[in-house]
Amino acid sequence: MKEQTVFEIKALYRDDFRVKGYTFGSGEKSLCIVGSLRGNENQQLYACSLLVQKLKKLEEEGRIAGGKEILVIPCANPYSMNIKKRFWSIDNTDINRMFPGYSEGETTQRIADGIFKNIKDYEYGIQFASFYMPGAFVPHVRIMKFMDYVEQAKEFGLPYVILHDVRPFDTTTLNYNWQVWETKAFSIYTTSTETIDKKSAGQAVEAVLNFMEKEKMIRYCGDEGYHSRVVDSSRMLTLRTKDAGFFECHVQPGERVEKGQLLARVLQPYDGACLSELLAPEDAVVAFLHNEAMTYADTAAFKLIMERADEIR
Amino acid sequence: MIETIAQVQMPVDEKLSIRRQRLRADAKKDSGNRICIVTGIHGDELEGQYVCYETGRRILENPHYLTGTVDIYPALNPFGIDSVTRGIPAFDLDMNRIFPGRKDGDMNEYLAAEILHDMEGAGLCLDIHASNIYLTEIPQIRINELFKETLLPYAKLSNVDFIWVHGASTVLESTFAHSLNSRGVPTLVVEMGVGMRITKEYGDQLVDGIFSLMKEQGIWSGPVDRVRTPVVSERADDVCFLNAPVSGVFLKQKSHNSMVKKGECIGVIINPLTLEPACEIRAPESGLLFTIREYPIVDEGSLMGRIICNAPVVSSFL
Ligand SMILES: [Zn+2]
Repeated sequence: MKEQTVFEIKALYRDDFRVKGYTFGSGEKSLCIVGSLRGNENQQLYACSLLVQKLKKLEEEGRIAGGKEILVIPCANPYSMNIKKRFWSIDNTDINRMFPGYSEGETTQRIADGIFKNIKDYEYGIQFASFYMPGAFVPHVRIMKFMDYVEQAKEFGLPYVILHDVRPFDTTTLNYNWQVWETKAFSIYTTSTETIDKKSAGQAVEAVLNFMEKEKMIRYCGDEGYHSRVVDSSRMLTLRTKDAGFFECHVQPGERVEKGQLLARVLQPYDGACLSELLAPEDAVVAFLHNEAMTYADTAAFKLIMERADEIR
Repeated sequence: MIETIAQVQMPVDEKLSIRRQRLRADAKKDSGNRICIVTGIHGDELEGQYVCYETGRRILENPHYLTGTVDIYPALNPFGIDSVTRGIPAFDLDMNRIFPGRKDGDMNEYLAAEILHDMEGAGLCLDIHASNIYLTEIPQIRINELFKETLLPYAKLSNVDFIWVHGASTVLESTFAHSLNSRGVPTLVVEMGVGMRITKEYGDQLVDGIFSLMKEQGIWSGPVDRVRTPVVSERADDVCFLNAPVSGVFLKQKSHNSMVKKGECIGVIINPLTLEPACEIRAPESGLLFTIREYPIVDEGSLMGRIICNAPVVSSFL
């Protein structure tokens, strides 16, 4: 394992801003893994730390294939993590809206550029990502629709491969720019973001190792994982709250639910009266759930993968 | 007349409402034309507050000159304004990246959709911003090149000092102005002054421009002042950006709206801890300094100023 500083900025009163990378093996740039880009992505950083541990051990045991180089950047934004702020300290900009970056531009554009220069030539790129809405997701790997590497996405052995549409603001994300630069990019979503979920972090690491084994980057004998089901995100059913109030959730991410099953209730916050119930409209799997104490009305409380939905590909 | 155009119930005993003030001519005089004055998408940009008030006040002072409808929307992001927050509090979301919204979407998408719906059919719209809390700007209008042909004639009547035609970008497709322009309502984005403050002089200047636009639109029959001729920048290399080469404390030496010569010192970056010699920031080209940093703390890369370096146009401005 080689530690390197990928990008650095001198600060006025804080320690230097540093983005660190860990390299395993040497040779062609095979795989780059990026952990947290935002200050609240504790789980993503944690998953990366587990991966660094595993890769270090595999390297010591001589199990990394010759001629393959793997780079892990656990954290692209230590400054925001240390002050518990989601975005950049001074101007609140999001590094994951600045790719591919610009070396002469503003601070977060420079950071994005400094990182991207070092990671754009890898064959595969994996980001441990967090969802833009607060909530818990069933572990899955996500790629943009119409990519020709769906089969490889299945090699992670996660329960689901979700294909998503590109929205205007996606064009400045790491994942999008990776694939513009012809890196096959995957985003891995685990269950949590701010809190650590050891089980799903471990599952994400296992998934990356499965992928690396199938792509012959390492010799590894792990858990085979799942036979992934490919789901088009636009075909997931979104259930929205009708009312605002306390959100009392009755299910877990990944849980199978039956038609008519109670998923959640929204309660009046002063007298506890039930304002509305959310019921499963069909047999389904809970892909995503809102997990905050309160909810607004019309919030996407659940995303469901319907049992009957046609499998694509 | 105050009307609520969209409303959402909050969890704990409160409703979030987007409201507008509609000032309308007597039926006999009504040309049927409508202008929308909009501000407060970014909750910490307050320059538009005075503009909304002053526009309404002048109309109420001489209501007999009104020959159409003036809709004033002073707060598209009421929670942001209340909490000194640029974005939408609780969502960490820039409201100017969620348009056109969706009626069946979440609360923010719903509000965005209702806002656009309410403005459809208007003849003209002004979306008033105040730079941000870091930079002071001279009164200017920013135009996406996609809508240049429609918007430039209106922008020239707006009594601003500068019109910046900028390149199209996919990210900007989710802005309020882009969405409304796409639906056929010419929408001008005004940037002026600085975040969290009100510059009355700029407000008065823009209100004069609004009345000249209202006159052109057949909404106002009263006398209006002659508008100033703005500098127009249409090429990307007309504007040069000054980004901080080091982190530190920026002390400006030139104020916005001043002419600078190539090599002239615009400000310095000092380090009160190390006491190293100040880092001098010099103009890369001669031109008009139309943006200057107000907030002193800079990281490496922070924007400190912008200069229009298109010399012939600038000289005609002087
Ligand atoms: Zn703004």
